[in-house]
Amino acid sequence: MLLNQFLLLAAVLFAIGVYGVLARRNGVLVLMSIELILNAVNINLVAFSAVRETVGGEVFALFIIAVAAAEVGVGLAMVLLLYRNRRSIDLTEIDQLRG
Amino acid sequence: MNVPAALEGFDSLTSGDTVVAQNIAFGILSVVMVVAALRMVTTRNVVHAALYLVIVLAGAAGIFILLGAEFVGVTQVLVYIGAIVVLFLFGIMLTRGALGEDEEANTEKRRMAALVGVLVLVVTGGAVLDSFGDAAVNRSAPSLTAEIGDTIFSQYIVPFEAVSVLLLAALIGAIVVARQD
Repeated sequence: MLLNQFLLLAAVLFAIGVYGVLARRNGVLVLMSIELILNAVNINLVAFSAVRETVGGEVFALFIIAVAAAEVGVGLAMVLLLYRNRRSIDLTEIDQLRG
Repeated sequence: MNVPAALEGFDSLTSGDTVVAQNIAFGILSVVMVVAALRMVTTRNVVHAALYLVIVLAGAAGIFILLGAEFVGVTQVLVYIGAIVVLFLFGIMLTRGALGEDEEANTEKRRMAALVGVLVLVVTGGAVLDSFGDAAVNRSAPSLTAEIGDTIFSQYIVPFEAVSVLLLAALIGAIVVARQD
């Protein structure tokens, strides 16, 4: 197996995640797209770890999984608060800070 | 890397047949993952999007195991599919029907997002192809969970403690943010 095939798969997933973050208006779907991006990074880290035959990359992948769990918890709490206050989770409507 | 007794005589990981099987597995996994990811960001049903996310995450777990990182693969299944997706489904349930069916209306935004995505793909893909031309993944044995544990608790002990504090802060923060007053 070539290293390139894993890195390219991760790049494709990353790009799809970027599209999802930019194009979707639903707050929950944006958070899901962020998970896609974090997973692409994890694939990269584990692939480099396998090439170097060390476990450093895998350890960082585990850290990223933990941080993603924390991020989803806080993010969903924020989306929930948004829904409770505005009856909507459309992120394009949240523009009160626009100058 | 020290190979445990159970893996002695298991050095066929880089033999010809195994490499072919690995490549076939990679092809299937990657096609399934990319199709599911595309469906996830384009489907209009939010619950379906969460289920497509499950497919992508399971495929990533398969990729991890293919790369010999079994512990990361199992953790991926436990934490992502077991906990995070359930959290997403709860979030979807609690905000159900919050968004009208006018997701399709904004085609201009979609086109720009697609352009940005393609540009990201071209730049990162080009850089990857340029940098790692024929580097091969041929590990002799899967990585050992014991070695990962040793590394976390020696070399990476400070980040590990920082992550535990971060998880506590996220826990308290989520409770404070979502609390009903």
